[in-house]
Amino acid sequence: MVLDLFKKPKYVTVHRDEKKEIPEGLWVKCPQCGEILYNKDIAKNLKVCRKCEYHFRLSAAERLSFTLDDGSFVEDDANLVADNPLDFPGYPEKLTEARQTTGLSEAMVSGEGSILGCRIVICVMDPRFIMASMGAAVGEKFVRAVEKAVERRLPLVVFVASGGARMQEGMVALVQMAKTAAAVKLLDDAGLLYVSVLTDPTTGGVSASFAMLGDIILAEPGALIGFTGPRVIEQTIRQKLPDGFQRAEFLQQHGMIDLVVPRSRMRETLARILMLHGCESENVSNS
Amino acid sequence: MPTVLDFERPFVELENKIVELTSFSRERELDLSDEIENLSRRANELKRSIFEHLTPAQKVQLARHPDRPGTEDYVRMLFQDFVELHGDRSYGDDPAVLGGIGRFDGQAVTVVGHLKGRDTMTNLSRNFGMAHPEGLRKALRLMLQAEKFGRPVISLIDTPGAHCGIGAEERGQSQAIAQNLLRMSALRVPIIVVVIGEGGSGGALALGVGDRILMQEHSIFSVISPEGCASILWKDASRAREAAEALKLTAQDLLSLGIIDEVVPEPLGGAHRDPETAGNLLREALARQLAALKDLPPGELVQRRYAKLREMGRLEG
Repeated sequence: MVLDLFKKPKYVTVHRDEKKEIPEGLWVKCPQCGEILYNKDIAKNLKVCRKCEYHFRLSAAERLSFTLDDGSFVEDDANLVADNPLDFPGYPEKLTEARQTTGLSEAMVSGEGSILGCRIVICVMDPRFIMASMGAAVGEKFVRAVEKAVERRLPLVVFVASGGARMQEGMVALVQMAKTAAAVKLLDDAGLLYVSVLTDPTTGGVSASFAMLGDIILAEPGALIGFTGPRVIEQTIRQKLPDGFQRAEFLQQHGMIDLVVPRSRMRETLARILMLHGCESENVSNS
Repeated sequence: MPTVLDFERPFVELENKIVELTSFSRERELDLSDEIENLSRRANELKRSIFEHLTPAQKVQLARHPDRPGTEDYVRMLFQDFVELHGDRSYGDDPAVLGGIGRFDGQAVTVVGHLKGRDTMTNLSRNFGMAHPEGLRKALRLMLQAEKFGRPVISLIDTPGAHCGIGAEERGQSQAIAQNLLRMSALRVPIIVVVIGEGGSGGALALGVGDRILMQEHSIFSVISPEGCASILWKDASRAREAAEALKLTAQDLLSLGIIDEVVPEPLGGAHRDPETAGNLLREALARQLAALKDLPPGELVQRRYAKLREMGRLEG
């Protein structure tokens, strides 16, 4: 690590009321502490703010590259897409737009790869794609990943991020909750490990199905995790929510998840867990 | 005063007139039977034509009708020797969820279901049928108990959704729903699910995994309320009618989408106009479905249930 690079952080002063134009792609403002960060800097730091440890949301590609051994990923079901089961008005256009802006066919990317040499089946969700909501395609991809894990006798690791069931697919989306939850039972019966990693945000129908069913549930610091989103709760009960409500640390405190793991330690933590479940990795570091 | 929906008004007015005329003819000892018969025929025709052309938004109104029979009514009508069982054994007892054991056609069964209130008081105490995690966990506890004693489960769904609030989140609403989905998918006794009113999203689905999913003729089942959908998609809750249409949430739509197995007929005018007939129609459907599942060995039952779920929204490619 070239620590020297970061010894003297450069600060830029901006005035609040002044709508300063920040060139896209060069600088980014930390949504938590307001720090203006050099994009190349945070990319090197796994997209974590150096000042406040804010974990930026990741694209599926970033997540895979931060998690898996270089070049180990082989994607499955890349072309699996949902149609418009309800003929919901405006949905095809929404899908087209999401595909264009993300370059993905759906909100979940699945396949096989390795973490420090441990082979796994992995699914990652990309919140840029209609808030990674779950419709038939996401449900189907998850279940196929489970089936592959069972067939190959590999552990399953899922990085979850989602706003919930995809409204435009109506009940077809809602029943994906039951379908994915039922599939987790296949892993139970086969005695295979399922680790779910909850990232920002994990809410609604996805949090209330496969996300919460991991044998081990990890979460990234500060990730919003809950059934109902905080804005809706606030509007419903008409009172201010306590600080830290529905954040990963809050869930750990309330016994709902196993461990909050900073992104910098995620790979290593996953590798340890995989090894403790029988994976024979040749090169796990002792750090 | 019974609640009258705007589209019910034309025939309800006629029906009221018939009642008036009948008592008038009795008082004055006049023979108005021709007029009365004429009016009843017109009222019935009107009702039939209105109910043949209900819009999804009108179905939503019927499904939420305050006089619509709920879980406790069907428990009273359909199950003998019912014993209510309380509590999740971890945190508390949720009055929004009813659970217990009773006899259906002589056979012991476990019943779980959402409990809406009848009026403001009971609605408040039952939280409008919106379950907390402990309610869903109570239902799960009773279903696992049913598995132990080899009795079928009948689950009655009628909820706007799972409760949203601080306590529900703290105690793991998501976890409770997810656990129910997984356990119900693998329960080794028959589960028959009936949507008897409102099937609101995850809170409904949490009691909604089974071998047969039935919906009463004027019930709904939806990923989100039409109001919620309209306000998210179009930032305008008043477009709920449109959303109700788009969401395909009626029993008839969901049957043709292959999400449910059977639409249980209701008396003309809806279950709230004639709860007893609604109960009899439901009894017939339950008896038939239970009989069809009775002889399946548990392993095969579970396998078939999973196979059905696996097909939901299956995609090729």
